[in-house]
Amino acid sequence: MHEISIKITINEKIYDRSILPNTLLIDFLREELGLTGTHVGCDTSQCGACMVLHNNAAIKACSILVAQLNNQEITTIEHLQKDDKLHPMQNAFRNNHGLQCGFCTPGMIMSAISLINENNSPTEEEIRKHLEGNLCRCTGYQNIVKSIEEGAKDMREKG
Amino acid sequence: MYNFNFHSPNSIEEAINIYNSSEEPKFLAGGMTLLASMKQRLIAPSDIIDLRNIKDLSEVSSKENHITIGSLCTHSEISNNVIIKNKIKNLAKLANGIGDPAVRKMGTIGGSIANSDPAADWPAAILALKANIKTNNRIILNRDLFTGMFETSLEENEIITSIEIQVPDFFDYIKFPNPASRYAIVGIAIAKYDNNVIVTVSGASHKPFIADSLSESLSKNFSSKIPLKTISLDELNEDIHASAEYRAHLIDVLTKKIINNN
Repeated sequence: MHEISIKITINEKIYDRSILPNTLLIDFLREELGLTGTHVGCDTSQCGACMVLHNNAAIKACSILVAQLNNQEITTIEHLQKDDKLHPMQNAFRNNHGLQCGFCTPGMIMSAISLINENNSPTEEEIRKHLEGNLCRCTGYQNIVKSIEEGAKDMREKG
Repeated sequence: MYNFNFHSPNSIEEAINIYNSSEEPKFLAGGMTLLASMKQRLIAPSDIIDLRNIKDLSEVSSKENHITIGSLCTHSEISNNVIIKNKIKNLAKLANGIGDPAVRKMGTIGGSIANSDPAADWPAAILALKANIKTNNRIILNRDLFTGMFETSLEENEIITSIEIQVPDFFDYIKFPNPASRYAIVGIAIAKYDNNVIVTVSGASHKPFIADSLSESLSKNFSSKIPLKTISLDELNEDIHASAEYRAHLIDVLTKKIINNN
């Protein structure tokens, strides 16, 4: 099997790489680039721990090939913080203790930002429905939902 | 996942040429089933042909009383599309109930139909509506497409380009989802054109099918007074999630629910 050349922008940095075609985005991020903030939970597209942003919407990095993303852009959890300041959604998760063990948190935050990008003032019901693709094995959903409500408000206010 | 050669053609012709000259190729649309199957080594294609760089396969248009949905439209694009929301709003609702938001961003209508998963949502809708499936070389009538479990009448090197649907007077689809996978244990689609009603069932058998007695009864009288237990239990799946009898009951319950919500 031949390696293929790809050009992919991750967190505003362009990477020109030669990769094996079967390289999944999640493995590329974690193993090649050392961006381990994006987690591997189920590895079967159920849990959402591996969510990253593509065109401002969350997708699951365990279920897409890097080859499918040639000339495209991805944002990971590492790139949310700007000038040493947490992203409003990260801050909201901290304020509301929107995590227990923290394993699902990066995916939850990316998923939440994706929701707010589409709908900047979701109801509690809309937030819960949106989280269908994110699992928290600690079952800490109450505070996650609270966090997203606050994060949405802060994102609206900060434009 | 085993390795493979990766191709991203810019035209249908190029995609088919690559297909014809490869050993065990597979077309890739959104990959929401194909990649998962490859990761589990249920399938090991020699060549993956990504269709997403082919232009014109992701458009939605309408003409008179028909809408045309490009095969590479994602479930998410369909659920947000203004034409579809205006013309057949419950088709947008169906799209918004597939998988989860991240899956809907990737998965496509053409991929779902070509995969012909017996528990998928699109096949039941396509079968109930007056719909034609356009491919690179012919038009397939909806009733001729789904031939079995994960089987269709598509040739191996044939690519769905769009789905053309006649706008119905009424359409709805609801499902009783498996709580873990969200796939339909039973899904019911009802489409009505004048006094002609078609009821289809997904999730309950090896392929989506038309419920003849229910369709006939609703064509005569579009009310929730339907004949019960009309589907032979021999036709229905029996597994750890639901018995055949339970599925037969759900078919009646969901059909009535659609009519009562109307």
